[in-house]
Amino acid sequence: MKHQTLAAERRSKTILSVVLGVICVIYVLPVLAVVINSFKLNTFVKTNTFDLPSGEMWAGWDNFIKGMTFGNYPFWKSALYSVLITVFSTFLILLFTSMAAWYIARVNSRLCRLVYYLCVFSMVVPFQMVMFTLSKTADSLRLNTPWTIPIVYLGFGAGLAIFMFVGFVKSIPLEIEEAAAIDGCGPLRTFFSVVLPMLKPTLISVGILEIMWVWNDYLLPYLVLDINEYRTIPIHIQYLKGSYGTVDLGATMALILLSIIPVIVFYLLCQKHIIKGVAAGAVKG
Amino acid sequence: MNKKIKKDNSLIRQTRRWSPLFMWPVVAAFIIGFVWPFIQGIYLSFCKFRLIRDAEFIGVGNYATALQDASFRHAFWYSALFAIVSLVLINVLAFAVAYALTQGIRGSNLYRTVFFMPNLIGGIVLGYIWSMIFDGILSRYNTSILMESKYGFWGLIILICWQQIGYMMIIYIAGLQAVPEDMLEAAKIDGATKAQTLFKVTIPNVMPSITICTFLSLTNGFKLFDQNLALTAGQPITYVDGAMVKSTEMLALNIYSTFYNSNSVYPGVAQAKAVLFFILVAGLGLLQLSYTRKKEVQQ
Repeated sequence: MKHQTLAAERRSKTILSVVLGVICVIYVLPVLAVVINSFKLNTFVKTNTFDLPSGEMWAGWDNFIKGMTFGNYPFWKSALYSVLITVFSTFLILLFTSMAAWYIARVNSRLCRLVYYLCVFSMVVPFQMVMFTLSKTADSLRLNTPWTIPIVYLGFGAGLAIFMFVGFVKSIPLEIEEAAAIDGCGPLRTFFSVVLPMLKPTLISVGILEIMWVWNDYLLPYLVLDINEYRTIPIHIQYLKGSYGTVDLGATMALILLSIIPVIVFYLLCQKHIIKGVAAGAVKG
Repeated sequence: MNKKIKKDNSLIRQTRRWSPLFMWPVVAAFIIGFVWPFIQGIYLSFCKFRLIRDAEFIGVGNYATALQDASFRHAFWYSALFAIVSLVLINVLAFAVAYALTQGIRGSNLYRTVFFMPNLIGGIVLGYIWSMIFDGILSRYNTSILMESKYGFWGLIILICWQQIGYMMIIYIAGLQAVPEDMLEAAKIDGATKAQTLFKVTIPNVMPSITICTFLSLTNGFKLFDQNLALTAGQPITYVDGAMVKSTEMLALNIYSTFYNSNSVYPGVAQAKAVLFFILVAGLGLLQLSYTRKKEVQQ
């Protein structure tokens, strides 16, 4: 009797596993479609979307070569700006919001609480609410270059980061910092050599969330940056398809492939951290 | 005891002296990136202007214009319908997948990796990937996703499910793994069927996750922008009561096009729409907060 139910359970588990496996294959098909169409001649992308690029459809690396200078803007430049903005913004956010969060949690003055509640409030404000005035403000303060736009990201992204850091700092016992103070550490040393190392898990979570946000963000850089000079990858891709007229779908797919490969590699390398970070950020709502 | 408080105070006093370094950078950026644009945005929604410099206070006129705008009302109902349909589909499917993946089957980790993957791809890129796929299918029937609004609607639903099921699945898996093992064991010993265990033990225990995911997918549905822009950009155009309306345009995209695409309207109307949009999204956030608070009290 017991044997039978066990066997039945094992069988149902196998069936479930197979069903999920099939769904998984369906799940990766869209990415596969990008891969096969990036090697296909433009004229066949629409008519033979789901065929392998064989025979006369085969375009080789032409799409990638064409894509490099597509849309009157070199692709490598937008990739470079994307990397620059993402790295610099994430670094600024991690450094300054962790410092501010520690100060807020420890000093806890009226001003600190005001900043904290404003940060929490900013998390429920959609970007459309501030996009017009923000882009005008950024423009007048010359924050419209890839080197200065991280300041805008620091400002608009501070809410979630401060919220997460303050939550974590409050869980650290004060005694450790007191001990550091007795040993003669000033606030600066206490923060950088005692508190910051303890913040590591939250630094990773917040870092992942900010990287994902900034890297994929379209509207903020589109409205703030001077588009003729500086484009990020999402802006670049939007320009390829958005401009009416002849669109080379093969070359577009080649660029899309190039833009998602680093994301997928990054994901496979730090999958554990990414999933943990995303789950931690789910409180934001 | 007294001594300790004194020591604390000196520590805090010392830290306070460093406030220019610890606080000012974030506060300055926060004012530039959020506080000032927000206040100015509220003010400008009551103004008539072309450039910000020439703003002239006119009261609630912009709000009246916004609420009478057929395209805005259409976008609201369209977004609401979209948010509710996507909410149901995403949560049911994500829960089902999470439930299946916590049964200890072979390959769970690989499956989880695959289901979460689309989440990392940006909205613009996602939109173009799916527009190629849908057009590849629809071109066989001599049509395209831009031709009929129902294609655009269901296309966006499929896209958003593909993107967000993995995300919600992660939250549900965390919730399911926290269900006490002994409760499940007790149900089994008492002779509960699998369905009974699921509905009477498991689901009540993951209610917090369900609340988070419900509100998350609801607000995500209302706030959707990139995917909407990249997949259909609001096409096709229809006429409602004689007014031109983009049939698959959602709220965020409608606000965007009122700001930047139409040269006839003053941006004040668009800013008024943005304030209404903010009230809607923030209201949903507050609702979630009070709802989770209530649940916590009950437990």
